[in-house]
Amino acid sequence: MSELTDLYQEVILDHNRRPRNFHALANASHRAEGYNPLCGDRLTLYLSVSEGVITEAAFEGAGCAISKASASMMTETLKGKTLAEADALFQRFHRMVTTPPDQPVEDMGKLSSLAGVREFPIRVKCASLAWHTFKAALANEPITSTEQT
Amino acid sequence: MTTGTVARGGGGTAPSASIDVLHVRADFPILGRTVHGKPLVYLDNAATSQKPRAVLDAIAAYYSEINANVHRGVHQLSERATAAYEASRERVRAFFNAESIREIVFTRNATEGINLVAHSFARPRLKPGDEVLISALEHHSNIVPWQLACEATGATLRVAPIDDAGELLLDEFERLLTPRTRIVAITHMSNAIGTVTPAAEIVRLAHARGIPVLLDASQAAYHMRVDVRALDCDFLVATGHKMYGPTGIGVLYGKASHFEAMPPFLGGGDMISSVTFERSTWNVLPYKFEAGTPNIEGAIGLHAALDYIDGVGLEAITAYERDLLAYGTRVLEGLDRVRLVGTAREKAGILSFVIDGVHPHDVGTIVDREGVAIRTGHHCAQPLMDRFGLPATARASIAMYNTREELDVLGRAVRKVLEVFG
Repeated sequence: MSELTDLYQEVILDHNRRPRNFHALANASHRAEGYNPLCGDRLTLYLSVSEGVITEAAFEGAGCAISKASASMMTETLKGKTLAEADALFQRFHRMVTTPPDQPVEDMGKLSSLAGVREFPIRVKCASLAWHTFKAALANEPITSTEQT
Repeated sequence: MTTGTVARGGGGTAPSASIDVLHVRADFPILGRTVHGKPLVYLDNAATSQKPRAVLDAIAAYYSEINANVHRGVHQLSERATAAYEASRERVRAFFNAESIREIVFTRNATEGINLVAHSFARPRLKPGDEVLISALEHHSNIVPWQLACEATGATLRVAPIDDAGELLLDEFERLLTPRTRIVAITHMSNAIGTVTPAAEIVRLAHARGIPVLLDASQAAYHMRVDVRALDCDFLVATGHKMYGPTGIGVLYGKASHFEAMPPFLGGGDMISSVTFERSTWNVLPYKFEAGTPNIEGAIGLHAALDYIDGVGLEAITAYERDLLAYGTRVLEGLDRVRLVGTAREKAGILSFVIDGVHPHDVGTIVDREGVAIRTGHHCAQPLMDRFGLPATARASIAMYNTREELDVLGRAVRKVLEVFG
């Protein structure tokens, strides 16, 4: 049961129940759809980028608790970050969720709550969907799929 | 080896056991294993069923005793392998009550069978404005081949609707049978929600207008007797791995008169009677449709699987599973926030459900830790999920070796989901 409680930590369940920034962004400068065809998770990510800084981040969509909580926390984290800082966060997050479960990972604050997916290999894509969608939005790719990454 | 996990009685009144389920379970080696330290409760049978030892032994015996290519050599092993391969065809013929082995083509799976019919039967008949009629219940395998055929010919794909219970609306279906309808392709049983369609009635309505019918019996074939002559269908597909047989072997039944008139699907060895660089002539039925070295071990394994099914008794299996399905329905209906998707009156084998506020993927992960294997997702039936306004469901699907106690384990595992998600 402990691996399960690691996966479904209270912070994740809270973001699943009450996702933050869960709405469309009318004046978004970047937008992309992320899709996981294996489980049907689908989200649309909206970003407002001004002078190299992410001023707004929001998302809509349907997905499992992990993908929803990950998107919710990501949008919170990205706000106010420069594009360079955001890219560094993407790299760190990617490293965190793909490090084998028996090895230590760096502390990423509340994002660390998602490190529990490492015990559930097929759920790693749920955690990383939002982040890959973020990369796609910045690259002006309108749609991305977990099966391309 | 499995008795410790399936003692009877825990689920209330004993099932009206028309089969000896403990005996059956002992024939399936994998059912004795554990998952995450818990006894395996395998409820993903609609994806693929487990295999009895008889199937594993038949495949091993083939490779250790008579392995050779078929229809080629004059040596003894080739003769024996050919005899075994053809004996399987006769077994399949008998199982589905086809008139002749000429009407039984071995394929890789049901998907290949549908593609063969779409390609060799439907395409030459389809013209712009013609129609292909399917239903809202179809698996992607009975949608996409028809979309490809329609795209290539300018024909239109029509979809017969269902009601909120998941039952085919037969009146609507009949209305969609038009003078332009060239073929009906419809499932005998939904893989996603378990609806059993009135296949014989569908065929009757279509035939009254001279329209041929393909039935997808991938799910039906291991839950109930499927008799191609009683149904009078023109084509029928099934797949070995859902019928307790190996993967990579499927069956296409087709009326000989259709098969005779159809061009080959794949070209190659075995499907020809003679080849020159100027022209080739086709082998007789059913070999015209079997190009290249076939899945010999698959056919032999399928033979053993069909023997096993009939040994237990398909009618007894149907009755036993009906009881089990009713029991599982009560278990899930008794849980807060759980809603069954697909409540057709005629239904078999499948408990598709959603939990209010919990995504099916999370359900699947949590019950897996209790040893319970279910499928979560769209079940390769996205249009059907759209019909119900759902991205996905959790699906528990039963087979002859499942027990009431296992459905109780499922119920407890779902309760755990509700605990985790508060």
